[in-house]
Amino acid sequence: MGKDLKQYWSRNLKLMAILLTIWAIVSYGCGILFVEQLNTIRIGGFPLGFWFAQQGSIYVFVVLIFVYYFAMQKLDEEFDVHE
Amino acid sequence: MSILAWTYIMVGLSFGLYLTIAWISRVNTTKGFYVAGAGVSPLANGMATAADWMSAASFISMAGLISFMGYTGCIYLMGWTGGYVLLALLLAPYLRKFGKYTVPDFVGDRYYSDVARVVALICAIFVSFTYVAGQMRGVGIVFSRFLEVDVNTGVLIGMGIVFFYAGLGGMKGITYTQVAQYCVLIFAYIIPAVAISLQITGNPIPQLGFGGMIEGGVDTGKYLLDTLNALNTDLGFAEYTKPFGAGNKSMIDVFCITFALMVGTAGLPHVIVRFYTVPNVRGARLSAGFALLFIAILYTTAPAVASFARYNMINTINDKAYTEAPSWFKNWETTGLIAWVDKNDDGVINYRPGDPFAGKPSFTGEKGALGQGLLSNTPTDKENELYIDRDIMVLANPEIANLPPWVIALVAAGGLAAALSTASGLLLVISSSIAHDLYYRLINREATEKQRLLVGRVMIGIAVCIAGYFGINPPGFVAQVVAFAFGLAASSFFPIIVLGIFSKRTNKEGAICGMVAGISFTAFYIIQLKFLGVAPWFIGISAEGIGTVGMLINFAVTMLVSQFTPPPPQDVQDLVESIRFPRGAGAGIDH
Repeated sequence: MGKDLKQYWSRNLKLMAILLTIWAIVSYGCGILFVEQLNTIRIGGFPLGFWFAQQGSIYVFVVLIFVYYFAMQKLDEEFDVHE
Repeated sequence: MSILAWTYIMVGLSFGLYLTIAWISRVNTTKGFYVAGAGVSPLANGMATAADWMSAASFISMAGLISFMGYTGCIYLMGWTGGYVLLALLLAPYLRKFGKYTVPDFVGDRYYSDVARVVALICAIFVSFTYVAGQMRGVGIVFSRFLEVDVNTGVLIGMGIVFFYAGLGGMKGITYTQVAQYCVLIFAYIIPAVAISLQITGNPIPQLGFGGMIEGGVDTGKYLLDTLNALNTDLGFAEYTKPFGAGNKSMIDVFCITFALMVGTAGLPHVIVRFYTVPNVRGARLSAGFALLFIAILYTTAPAVASFARYNMINTINDKAYTEAPSWFKNWETTGLIAWVDKNDDGVINYRPGDPFAGKPSFTGEKGALGQGLLSNTPTDKENELYIDRDIMVLANPEIANLPPWVIALVAAGGLAAALSTASGLLLVISSSIAHDLYYRLINREATEKQRLLVGRVMIGIAVCIAGYFGINPPGFVAQVVAFAFGLAASSFFPIIVLGIFSKRTNKEGAICGMVAGISFTAFYIIQLKFLGVAPWFIGISAEGIGTVGMLINFAVTMLVSQFTPPPPQDVQDLVESIRFPRGAGAGIDH
């Protein structure tokens, strides 16, 4: 494997690690581990922790996948491995 | 026009649409049959994946479960959507680059072993059958309520339809039928939700409405969720929005169930194969995004529907005289999904925590003084007098909110679309696993295209019959059976596919031991808890969450065994290298 491709792969892994960290924070962090603390904050009729558990995390998940799609598209082109 | 007439029209029209699409997209090549010729656009694939994924359990059971569980319903909401992030980042693009037909195909080639292929094959078939049984039951329930036929007849009709379009068009037929089914099911879900949100909170967007204030009635000006909390605690239930409260699940259990559902989602063979149908790696990434977007439309509506349904249910029937109970109550009583025992002989329906009587309702066929169906069940000493099956919350919702008959009919068509689309996706996995991986790859490498197609179609026929049998004699509740499939998918496929992509060192010995260890532990634990009545003994984790532990066992065993056995041969390491780079993904290769 050339140096370039090694770099491509490690940048891909880094991007994945960042996105998966956000994924874990919103779902397991905000939705489960710290739900009680967040519930003391309210947005309209929603206790915040409850909102993350039932709504917010899902919106974040959708955004994460599209961010990954666009970031990888750019990365593929930068390293000339795109289709 | 009556509800029944509207239902025949809606169901008839939607079935006509599916059959027409199936006829137009009929195929005569194995490539078309297994991966729709690998020419599906990411947008269409996103819709098809969403329909494939959203089953009878998502459409019919989920909002009802959330309605009764409150906060804890998040296990389904986050669990069944969060898996797509894993799928999009860890699996879909690489499997697409690999470009074969099935999951056992990947496992067999990556782990250069027919034993691994067979183990994966058995896992795929096992998971798919567990899952498809629940779908067939869902079809039966919808038919029995809305078309007023027997549950078993409903199952038989569903079997016929699925066999026709899956057998004729294979993956191609299924894909385009699923696009239509997605449209039907999403409209069927959204229209009543919007109407009810408007009725209760005056906000047309259910996602915002359930955090809004109630308009009209005694609770005007109060936040809906606050009102629900108060109603729940008045009757003796835990607060609706309170996590880990009395009668709810513990934090560790919520954690494990959510994780098992996420990883299970990412490991479900019928979802994974959908990513083989797009033209390239970019398409696989994009279609994962579209799939979750389309799924999120339903999944963010479901918790809103759940809270509206709970509010309406408590308000319209609790502490009301049976003779004044609304018509939906009596309609559903005839299906046996609602039952009332007047324990204190006051003629009033009292809804409180706990079971009203032991077991599922068994009606004697006689009527009580007020016209209620009498039961032969032994009443419990709880104050509760009401049995209400959770599956009816979505199906009865439009009736509860007094929506017009055509909306009720549309919901029936939507429920059928959800169940049929998932069933067809699963049946294809079963048939391609057997026809491609077992028959062609292991038994008869000389088979002609025509022979292989025939085997594929025959296998769909056999699988439909087995699925129908389970639909008529269900091994458990709809949602419970589905949870079973997830635990098994989480503990078998996910770890070895991820390791197969990200660790070149993982070899066949590791993968085989890992799969066997993961799935046997998980299956053993679930069987102990669900069928032998053993109490959860592993740090309080329930049967639904144990897949998380099974997955960890699989990871640990696979990595450990791989360390002490020879590394994979060079050509396999090169294969792993090549799937990491998008360029050069051809059509589904069939060496």
